[in-house]
Amino acid sequence: MVKVILPELGEGITKATVSYWYFQAGQTVKKGEDLVELTTDKATFNLPSPATGKLLEVFSLEGQSADVGSGLASIEASE
Amino acid sequence: MNHSLAPSAVLHNFEFDILDLGLIEYQRCYAWQQELVESVSLGRKKSALLLCEHPPVITLGRRAKKENILKPLNELTSQGIAIAYVTRGGDVTLHLPGQLVVYPVFDLRFLGRDITAFLRNLEKAIIFFLHDYGIAAKRKEGLTGAWVDEKKIASIGIAIRHWVTYHGLSVNIDCDLNLFSLLRSCGQDIMMASIKDFTGEDIDREKVKEGIVAKFRQVFCGGG
Repeated sequence: MVKVILPELGEGITKATVSYWYFQAGQTVKKGEDLVELTTDKATFNLPSPATGKLLEVFSLEGQSADVGSGLASIEASE
Repeated sequence: MNHSLAPSAVLHNFEFDILDLGLIEYQRCYAWQQELVESVSLGRKKSALLLCEHPPVITLGRRAKKENILKPLNELTSQGIAIAYVTRGGDVTLHLPGQLVVYPVFDLRFLGRDITAFLRNLEKAIIFFLHDYGIAAKRKEGLTGAWVDEKKIASIGIAIRHWVTYHGLSVNIDCDLNLFSLLRSCGQDIMMASIKDFTGEDIDREKVKEGIVAKFRQVFCGGG
């Protein structure tokens, strides 16, 4: 299982808001495809999927805030 | 140098192309950016600075609240003002002729992968540019953009995909500022300003573009 982690986005950024999931739990995602869009004050950041496989669970829903370094979702990798 | 404008990113071996798109419809320009982001992220093209103006359009960012547009949308469209829902950060903003829009499609993998530093450096480039016109523009704590006293002269809102930036900044050159009364720009009750407010003279567009490009090179390619 691969965890999708909210990466370091820049100095002083400790949180971001999940603004859009491109996929729902249960759907198949491909490595490198846009998976989730995160929003800080003046920037949106599209996080690509770290693996190909099934999106098992989404931990942060749209509109919720998440900490840098926290898990946003899990993927059952197929390759 | 003003300490608050000090460089905040590690910059090395970064260069970019210039694309002057002239007056271009917003959605067409957005499609351009998308294609370019893809090419830059795959290493097929160099980073690029897009310069353009748009016919009147109100754009709503991901954090936009519709109540910040102060007239019914159908009334705006009948006045020839387009509405666009966009993927940048920030709230609502207006683009119109007489406002230079600058879209840096920059590969942040060459610029330290730091969104905060990138935003501060955008501010720095535009503030340095305005200083050349004798305009004492500044940052405002917590409010991204460039400000002259309590008036906003340049707005910023960006997006990043595969660590390549798009969207960007707009600076009011000699546009009709009355149109900003149609919205609460960036979700705030703020007054807007233009370069012409301070110089009182007609402004040479080509010089404006050259000036912007020079400051971007200074800030992002070293030497500033």
